[in-house]
Amino acid sequence: MASYSTNQFKAGLKVLLEGDPCSVLENEFVKPGKGQAFNRIKLRNLKTNRVIERTYKSGETLEGADVVDREFQYLYSDGELWHFMDPQTYEQVAAGKGAMNDAAPWLKGQEACVLTLWNGEPLAVSPPTFVILAITSTDPGVRGDTASGGSKPATLETGAVVKVPLFVENGEVIKIDTRTGEYVSRVKE
Amino acid sequence: MTKPAAGALDWRPCATPRILRLRAELLGRVRAFFSERGLLEVDTPLLTAVPCPDPNVAPVRLAPLRADSEHAYYLQSSPESPMKRLLAAGSGPIYQIAHAFRNDERGRLHQPEFSLLEWYRPGFDHHALMDEVADLLRVMLGADTHERVSFAEAFERRLGLDPHKAGPDELGRVACDNGLRLARPADEAVYLDFLMSHCIAPHLGSPYPTLLFYYPISHCAYARIREADPPLAERFEVFVAGIELGNGYHELSDPVVQRMRFMAENAKRRRSGLPEVPLDERLLAALECGMPECAGVAIGFDRLVMIAAGAKSLEDVIAFPFGKL
Repeated sequence: MASYSTNQFKAGLKVLLEGDPCSVLENEFVKPGKGQAFNRIKLRNLKTNRVIERTYKSGETLEGADVVDREFQYLYSDGELWHFMDPQTYEQVAAGKGAMNDAAPWLKGQEACVLTLWNGEPLAVSPPTFVILAITSTDPGVRGDTASGGSKPATLETGAVVKVPLFVENGEVIKIDTRTGEYVSRVKE
Repeated sequence: MTKPAAGALDWRPCATPRILRLRAELLGRVRAFFSERGLLEVDTPLLTAVPCPDPNVAPVRLAPLRADSEHAYYLQSSPESPMKRLLAAGSGPIYQIAHAFRNDERGRLHQPEFSLLEWYRPGFDHHALMDEVADLLRVMLGADTHERVSFAEAFERRLGLDPHKAGPDELGRVACDNGLRLARPADEAVYLDFLMSHCIAPHLGSPYPTLLFYYPISHCAYARIREADPPLAERFEVFVAGIELGNGYHELSDPVVQRMRFMAENAKRRRSGLPEVPLDERLLAALECGMPECAGVAIGFDRLVMIAAGAKSLEDVIAFPFGKL
């Protein structure tokens, strides 16, 4: 991987810091009137998601990190690992709990997910923005109760629990926004 | 004015008409200020054959000039050398508003091309020149008062340490205590720059300008050194609202000491793997002939406009900043 000098650090650049892949968030050039110039860098550690701040002498270098986003298809989970396949190459990768973050409850199989890979290993899994899942259990709504904001919990086929409007019934298929975890609409089969 | 269509080339100036008018107004005030005080406005070349030897100043080197392809030419990083030659030739007090160039400086407060207001006062020392800087800021920014703090006091107040005594370990620890980490270990001079630019300078210059003076000799540049314990550089900087606005010296006029300083800069360049630069022999010859005892200062004119305008970035006060050329 190439090395990058501090003046090439732009937001989004992926570099290795103390062995961990990081994404550059901000780079501020700081220089006393005379004397050493510095670059004050904010980075996000892509393994821990923590934001770190470091100051480098201008011109110092960091090694680039081989971090790429690629689309994979979700296959299955064995309880510990979540398995994905590249639909073009059929290459398979497995993501651990840390990389799954909040993605796991939205996946039942075959969804197209974006995986952030570091040296081929998944760092993070982003589920599709919208998923369509069936309700496996929800209490019957009280007919006629149309008060605004009226909602009830519903358990989905993946085990995720979302709030749905009272008129939505057991066995129905719904669309959910995975960014907010909110119900969007019913889906006609 | 209509909004440019999406994808159209952005040819318009960055500075608003209001700021361009303010800039012109401030230029006028600078000229009135110095003309009233009997300083001569001078206009020295942007081209130079001797780049600044300071390893922290990266020169803009030009492609060979056909007028003289034997020698390398550069755009000046400051008009200091030709102005000192004028002083040695008996110019008396002089000032200049000049463009200056530094190759790899770019940020909110840095442009590779910027404007300097530089002036020299025969017969002045750093104290007298600090008085005049304060007078100028009164005229330019309406700053009625200012404070004067020594480099040591500033470190003592903010960080509780003596910058003339602390070693790299202590400086590194204090930086850490203030939530700052230099990614790689450094020497004292770098740590002092680090703490100054990250911890101290942001707090200087408010509510009124700060003149910071008596620097460690590691930061003497071309200032005289006062014999004392510890010896101190007769150098000052001026800060307004956390921004370093200028740098002044009680100027070195001894040609032997000046030559040694140049050679020390070249030694630093060698250690950092930078090419050495030819010594400024014409300046040394001028000092040899005798430059009057004087003090000189350079103020970042764009920064001054930025502060006067209440702008956030140099790009807001320059018609066509770098990136819009």
